[in-house]
Amino acid sequence: MLNIDDIVGLLNYWVVVVLMMAGFYVVIAQHNLMKKVVGLNIFQVAVFVFYITMGKIDSGSAPILDDTIQVYSNPLPHVLILTAIVVGVATTALALAFVVRIQRAFGTIEEDEIFAIEHEEEDLA
Amino acid sequence: MTGALMSSDPWLLLLVVVPLMAAPVCVLVRNATASWTIALAVSWTVFAIALKLLFQVMVQGEALYRIGGWDAPWGIEYRLDSVGSLVVVIVAAIGAVVLPYAKRSVEHEIPEERIYLFYTMLMLCLSGLLGITVTGDAFNLFVFLEISSLSSYVLISLGRDRRALTAAYRYLIMGTLGATFYIIGVGLMYQMTGTLNIADLTTILPAVADTRTVLAALAFLTVGISLKLALFPLHLWLPSAYTFAPSTVTVFLAATATKVSLYVLLRLFFTMFGEVDIFATFPVQPVLIAMALAAMFLASLSAIWQQNIKRMLAYSSVAQIGYMVLGVALATEAGLAGGIVHMFNHALIKGSAFMAVGAIIFATGAVTIKDLEGIGKRMPLLMGAFIISGLGLIGVPLTVGFVSKWQLVTATLEADMWPLAALILLSSLLAVIYVWRIFEVAYLRQPAAGLPVPKELPMSMLVPTWILALASVYFGTNATFTLNLAHAAARQLMGGL
Repeated sequence: MLNIDDIVGLLNYWVVVVLMMAGFYVVIAQHNLMKKVVGLNIFQVAVFVFYITMGKIDSGSAPILDDTIQVYSNPLPHVLILTAIVVGVATTALALAFVVRIQRAFGTIEEDEIFAIEHEEEDLA
Repeated sequence: MTGALMSSDPWLLLLVVVPLMAAPVCVLVRNATASWTIALAVSWTVFAIALKLLFQVMVQGEALYRIGGWDAPWGIEYRLDSVGSLVVVIVAAIGAVVLPYAKRSVEHEIPEERIYLFYTMLMLCLSGLLGITVTGDAFNLFVFLEISSLSSYVLISLGRDRRALTAAYRYLIMGTLGATFYIIGVGLMYQMTGTLNIADLTTILPAVADTRTVLAALAFLTVGISLKLALFPLHLWLPSAYTFAPSTVTVFLAATATKVSLYVLLRLFFTMFGEVDIFATFPVQPVLIAMALAAMFLASLSAIWQQNIKRMLAYSSVAQIGYMVLGVALATEAGLAGGIVHMFNHALIKGSAFMAVGAIIFATGAVTIKDLEGIGKRMPLLMGAFIISGLGLIGVPLTVGFVSKWQLVTATLEADMWPLAALILLSSLLAVIYVWRIFEVAYLRQPAAGLPVPKELPMSMLVPTWILALASVYFGTNATFTLNLAHAAARQLMGGL
């Protein structure tokens, strides 16, 4: 059974699950190309929070050599996520560039309208 | 494998760094011909390095490089074993053959002022694909995965048709989901093992293998990689992406990108989880076999109904990925060897098929099958190469396709799964139908009167097409070399030496 520790103590992980599923749902269910990019970002941010939580220890310090510090958080997942954030920014930039180009080429960024236009072209081909 | 044999081997690093450095140089020169020349030189250099490493690994079993001199698991190490060296050679060889072909095809399809950017992206993509193969670090693999993915989204979007943009966008969404699934899996594994080094994971994972965290990690990793691999039913991005990408990009990606993803799947199942008997504990095998069979039949059926010739070949690629995954799913040495040898063979077949189609588009502008009426008489040399690769897709004896299918059928029989053997043969009949459709239109029909004469095909496009077509006959008749390599790779993956 869930007790209060599972809910409060694992709060970050609950947040990760909710964000991840919300983002994933937006990517799949939304027909607007812009909103899909937003969903993708939420999905990725959930993973960032997951990695950052994983490395953090209660009252753990940054990795600084000092006699007064006994407990360290693991800095590696935090560093990894810096890389993942950079990758995420690049992906978002590219996705937005595509959305702009699609808007110019098709005159819309609604997926169902684009589908309809593409199907017409398919019939002509 | 310790001591002198495992000394640091800088060639492994150069394999990745040379194309990576070429990318900014291409941007700086800002000139179409100059950037093509640089890309050509780099691709041939990389191919030479790949061959050197292949022969070295055949003797030594493994090659290793520690970045910055840091020992694993603190530092990132690059590690190449038999299967890795084979994949590196596939990627590098296709790169080396595609670049001569690229010059005229790219000039024809991409505006002059964007050509240098095209080669920049191609170099990044090459670097990323090679990086995935040589790295021995699970997170570093993610970084290379994203380098190759982001550059391939851009490459696809450079297609002339506006639908290239939507194809690239859809691939970006699905590819990013796949890559993010992959890092979720890596994160979960890191939580349980505290390591990102792949060799380290092999030794630590068995102790925690029965936890739910590791099970979840395996599921996330499998789904994420399958998305990049375009394993049915996660293949939805592939047909449009291959159809609307510039011809050169289709050739390059069809022959390399999915192969590299299959390599990552092999690494996951047989290296990271190598000491864990996932095939006995988790229902990996039935799921993989079901998806592979679905790919073989449904994608082949879709291929039969396509009007656009590139889309037909793309669906055929999804089907062929099914054969490779089927071999992997058997989890026997013979099955793995079948999957691995088909990876190599299919790169040759699809490379030459897409090159031939790209050349037809260059010469006549035809994209649908009905536009190909009588093309066999109008472009006999080119269609000859296409028919050879078509026969390879079916698996006719004397072509590489036969070698792969023979190995796969033998493997299924050895594993006492004769219904699978029957299904492999049955699905080949579907390939007969879609290849026959092209043959019938190209050779048995008269060209419509008044068609413009096809543009003369430059040697730089014809010769690479024939090189791959002839290679597919050569390795179809002299299969000892490739089969031995595939068996050695399979033995190493299965844990023997």
